[in-house]
Amino acid sequence: MKLPLLAIIVAATAAGEVLAAMGMRRHGEIRDFRPGALGRAASLLTRNRFVIGYVAAMAVSFFAFMRLLTISNLSYAVPVTAVTYALETVMAKYVLKEHVNWLRWAGAGLVICGVTLVSL
Amino acid sequence: MSSETARLRAKTWTCATVVVLSNVLGNFFLKRGMPADLPTPLAYVAALFQPWAALGVVLLITWMLSRMTLLSWADLSYVLPVTSVGYVLVALEGKLLLHEEISLKRWAGILLIMAGVALVGGATSVQTPRRGGEPAP
Repeated sequence: MKLPLLAIIVAATAAGEVLAAMGMRRHGEIRDFRPGALGRAASLLTRNRFVIGYVAAMAVSFFAFMRLLTISNLSYAVPVTAVTYALETVMAKYVLKEHVNWLRWAGAGLVICGVTLVSL
Repeated sequence: MSSETARLRAKTWTCATVVVLSNVLGNFFLKRGMPADLPTPLAYVAALFQPWAALGVVLLITWMLSRMTLLSWADLSYVLPVTSVGYVLVALEGKLLLHEEISLKRWAGILLIMAGVALVGGATSVQTPRRGGEPAP
């Protein structure tokens, strides 16, 4: 039961994060943090289809994660979801066209190895 | 470092701190408020209204919004490693609050994560140059 739940969490989280990055890039940098400006930004974002997709994907990921928490410990559930790092870094390069230089690959690699060790 | 670079870095690290803390504390309170079994879909919804779980949900909503804010200017491939410091905090939380032992393997993992965070956070730019936009710092 753990592995199918993990697959759902990884796929939904990776797709959601990429959609969020696309949606927020389209929206542009948030510079004004006053409540009124944040409210206007939130209102705009509710009509952003990438952000809607992100929320839907994260809802799927969240409920799968809740289920995983009922059958495993937090110290297992949180680290193993780090598998998404590799998938998301690849998607950042090829889908979002980000400049992922060797330092970022190395950093992502160190984090993935570190998270694996922490979860063992 | 130009003033624009410094502004973006300071804003990025402030927002990343909110992202990390809201995620770590949100997961902690969610786990604390979660019943041992969730037999029906309705039980999932009911569980969210348990006080500790509700606090966890509020913090995880804060995490989601702050992460979206961060992604409005920072690259996903930058945000991912930098916010992974949360894994270190989860391990430390286990030691300090739940009195779990941290093995040598875990300490090694924590060091690798911190090295990854330092490498990406300290040595790479926050954003890829955007078409028609300002250059990346």
